[in-house]
Amino acid sequence: MTNAVVSLQNAKKSFGANQVLKDISLTVQQGDVLAIIGPSGGGKSTLLRCMTLLETLDDGSLSYGDLEVCRRQNGRAVYGGKDVLAKAKGRFGLVFQNFNLFPHYTVLKNITDPLVSVQKMPRPEAEARAVELLAKMGLSGKEAMVPCELSGGQQQRVAIARALAMNPDVLFFDEPTSALDPELTREVLKVIRDLASEHMTMVIVTHEMSFARDVADRIIFMDGGVIVEQGPAEQLINNPQHNRTRAFLSNYTQG
Amino acid sequence: MEFGVMMGILLDGLQLTVLIFFVTLLGALPLGVVVALARMSRFKPLSLVAQFYISILRGTPLMLQLMAIMFGPYYLFGLEMGTDWKFGACAIGFILNYAAYFAEIYRSGIQSIPRGQYEAASVLGYTKAQTFMKIVLPQVIKRILPAMGNEIITLVKDTSLAFVLGIMEMFNAAKALAAREVSMVPYAIAALIYWLFCLLIEFVMNKIEKRLDYYHD
Ligand SMILES: Nc1ncnc2c1ncn2[C@@H]1O[C@H](COP(=O)(O)OP(=O)(O)O)[C@@H](O)[C@H]1O
Ligand SMILES: [Mg+2]
Repeated sequence: MTNAVVSLQNAKKSFGANQVLKDISLTVQQGDVLAIIGPSGGGKSTLLRCMTLLETLDDGSLSYGDLEVCRRQNGRAVYGGKDVLAKAKGRFGLVFQNFNLFPHYTVLKNITDPLVSVQKMPRPEAEARAVELLAKMGLSGKEAMVPCELSGGQQQRVAIARALAMNPDVLFFDEPTSALDPELTREVLKVIRDLASEHMTMVIVTHEMSFARDVADRIIFMDGGVIVEQGPAEQLINNPQHNRTRAFLSNYTQG
Repeated sequence: MEFGVMMGILLDGLQLTVLIFFVTLLGALPLGVVVALARMSRFKPLSLVAQFYISILRGTPLMLQLMAIMFGPYYLFGLEMGTDWKFGACAIGFILNYAAYFAEIYRSGIQSIPRGQYEAASVLGYTKAQTFMKIVLPQVIKRILPAMGNEIITLVKDTSLAFVLGIMEMFNAAKALAAREVSMVPYAIAALIYWLFCLLIEFVMNKIEKRLDYYHD
């Protein structure tokens, strides 16, 4: 059996007395597109933040391929050393709701600087890759601009290019279009659709139900820190089994 | 007294004024970073010490601090410091005092950088040091420039406090000339020179601000 691209087992996370993740397990295989939906406050962001090492798990295990980031020991999550965490960060990318581009860098440098500073890639190679990815994102000619000169949709596409440039095994998205107008949302979703058709492995937290249904292979419905229901995308959206899923989906007009 | 002679004496004083100014910046700009980092440290005792330091140095007159450093060694430890000690005391006093002000400016600047910047850098694999030097610091500099400009202009005028230590900087020189000549002219000229000095700083700060104007966030 090949290793899953990412495997999270029995994840638990509390903020003070508030348990936000209650025994969550999920695995993502090569080429999978997984969507995570659910009401606000359900723990979706915390889940992504734990998987991208922005938060630490209280308990559970996390692996990227053959790389064990943390394991369960005596009911606690025990993390690997600095080198392990640094290596793991090379295996995933994260696209934020509010882009988090570096405002003082040009579009080009936003993409090349991590390649040069972190991956020690020669600058010409980094620039070639950035130019190519920007073209793919429909942003040719914007290389010398700074983020504040771009629309939100353009900024988010730069952020996607920045994450892709690092050549991750899996790309996480935390509500990538929630900060955007409907028009700009469409151009970002199109880019993600294109990536899906190229079999990029992705985990996408989204409130765009029809997008999730069309693009994802699998959908997880999360509420109150647990996975309430999961299944093939069509089935979960069109024929949910649980009342909570039904109640949640009824708030969205089916598109 | 001839005008030329008077100007000569004032300009000699100006040299010391400029020296105090640059020595203070050279010492206080980096020391302020250290104090700010200590103040923001998660190690509570260190943070408390830094907080106390900042509070004392901002909460008491610089003139008093200068005198405490000047005469402290003698009154506390019976040490005879020699006649040149006044320059040492002056440099130490100004640097310690301005480091406290700069530290607070740095801290407010660093804390104004959105968490998302750190998070993006972390996910991309930047080390802590890279994140600070490449992502945070350049943005902090732009944000604190106006406050730093104010503080540096205040420093120009504060150099005149060195007169309490008997240092013949420009204000002291003007004071001596005014007494000898029974005239306000030396003061007027000194005032004009201080003003020109500040104009020069405003000009430089504006240039830097313009250069960093290529982006906003
Ligand atoms: N850093 C934090 N400190 C304390 N509570 C937090 C923190 N982050 C998230 N929470 C809490 O965790 C719960 C889940 O939040 P979140 O993961 O953002 O949910 P979602 O992304 O599904 O809206 C919420 O109750 C939220 O208040
Ligand atoms: Mg969220």
